[in-house]
Amino acid sequence: MSDTSAVSSSSAPPEPEAVPAARPLMARAMVTPALLPVGTFVAIIAVWEISCHLFAIPSFVLPAPSRILGGFGSIDILRWFEHVWGTLRVAMIGYFVSIAVAIPIAIALARSQVLSRAFYPILVIVQSTPVVAIAPIIIVALGSGDLPRVVITCLITFFPLVVSTTTGLMATPPELIELSRSLRAPVFREISQIRLPYAIPYIFSALKISVTLAVIGAVVAEFVAAEKGLGYFIQFSTSMFKVQQAWAGLVILVLMSLVLFQAVIAVQRIWFPWSLPKDK
Amino acid sequence: MTATPAAIRFAGVGQVFQTQSGALEALRGVDMTIDRHEFVAVLGPSGCGKSTLLRLTSGLLMPTRGTIEVFGKKVTEPRDDIGIVFQRPTLLPWATIEDNVLFPVRHKTGSVSPDDRKTAQALIEKVGLKDFEKRLPDELSGGMQQRVGIARALFMNPDILLMDEPFSALDALTREEMGFELLRIWEDQPKTVMFITHSISEAVLLADRILVMGERPGSIVENLKTDIPRPRDMETSNNQLMHDYVGHLRSLLLKRAA
Repeated sequence: MSDTSAVSSSSAPPEPEAVPAARPLMARAMVTPALLPVGTFVAIIAVWEISCHLFAIPSFVLPAPSRILGGFGSIDILRWFEHVWGTLRVAMIGYFVSIAVAIPIAIALARSQVLSRAFYPILVIVQSTPVVAIAPIIIVALGSGDLPRVVITCLITFFPLVVSTTTGLMATPPELIELSRSLRAPVFREISQIRLPYAIPYIFSALKISVTLAVIGAVVAEFVAAEKGLGYFIQFSTSMFKVQQAWAGLVILVLMSLVLFQAVIAVQRIWFPWSLPKDK
Repeated sequence: MTATPAAIRFAGVGQVFQTQSGALEALRGVDMTIDRHEFVAVLGPSGCGKSTLLRLTSGLLMPTRGTIEVFGKKVTEPRDDIGIVFQRPTLLPWATIEDNVLFPVRHKTGSVSPDDRKTAQALIEKVGLKDFEKRLPDELSGGMQQRVGIARALFMNPDILLMDEPFSALDALTREEMGFELLRIWEDQPKTVMFITHSISEAVLLADRILVMGERPGSIVENLKTDIPRPRDMETSNNQLMHDYVGHLRSLLLKRAA
């Protein structure tokens, strides 16, 4: 995607004298970066396809891209939607619950030294627990509905959100905090009007990481116990030795992660353009 | 005249900070008064406690020793009649110039009235930023951003304006221009100004009186009232009187540094 072009055209016009010299240079520089990864990608696919035929690689080891494409047709499109929706729903519920919990906790940690000292080690312990290992335990404890899957997704997305938001809340220029205190403004406005907006760039960098982690969390939960979803579909397919079908599921998962990642970037660009790094 | 209390009065003020490497004495035995509508510059080398003086006056910091009075009342917390301009403009990057100027009222009360908007508009015009109301801070130059900082400090119409090296991050030419701009605003709408600076010529050019601070622990070592006529402009820079004062202060500071 041509990231930089969208930024410069959406933000307000910069200093007039700076533009004319910079434009043609930037335009030419952008064609190559956009084409380079696409070209590389196409080349890899081509080499992959040719190698599979040339060396007669068995499809359970590595199916050719053309056979993976065939894997998409092995089940009905409605069934695909069902699996995609199953994973997407759990990932999104877990993601938003995680945001709703992480931001108030970050505010509490940023405000209180005592809370921060008391709970930070516990957060690190939670983060150090491998989600894959704890998933079966959570499923046993909470049953086989959506709840345990959402909990697993929360567990994996939670930590980066808390840590980044806390850092962002502390990154406010001290002058503005002094200004707030000199106005004797209530603390909640110091948080809502100064600290939280200043934390936006930090929050978004965590949101980008967490949205892909949310997909991982949902898939891990489906591996343990599920009757639909892409994670379930991949596991089911491999158990039936339908490898190209499993690969097709994987491709869709990757696409889902990419789309979600780009969606977070788009949200930041549309609603918080000032929070984007200024690369000139 | 004699009945009105001084705008700012320091009596035997000392300030000690507890740091990780032990106690740090920033100020010792500071005595001074600033009269209402007086423009006073506080001049001194870096680290002499100039900014501490400003924070004590604003009520953001309580003195370890001595008392500070503003208009005859002991300072125990921040007051509404004091505006602060910081060294960096520190505007909110997501808010328009208008919203940045309105920030004090929105932050203090949570709402903005149509009258507040009129006040903001007038202030934006006063600091020479008409037609920039809807721009964002990073579309403005450093000097223009600091003009917004001044407008924001003036928003609550304070009696006292505390300025912490407000022009030190600007280039020399913009700095001089901003100095005259400040004088113009001050002459138009008199305020008590405490202007912290480490530039001798800036202090002499702007102030009625210059308080020179010595090295840490900071105290006032010279109280110099100048007779340079007002209004001051570009011509004042060439005034012989101005050169004499600058020379006197320079030799004083150099002698102390030696």
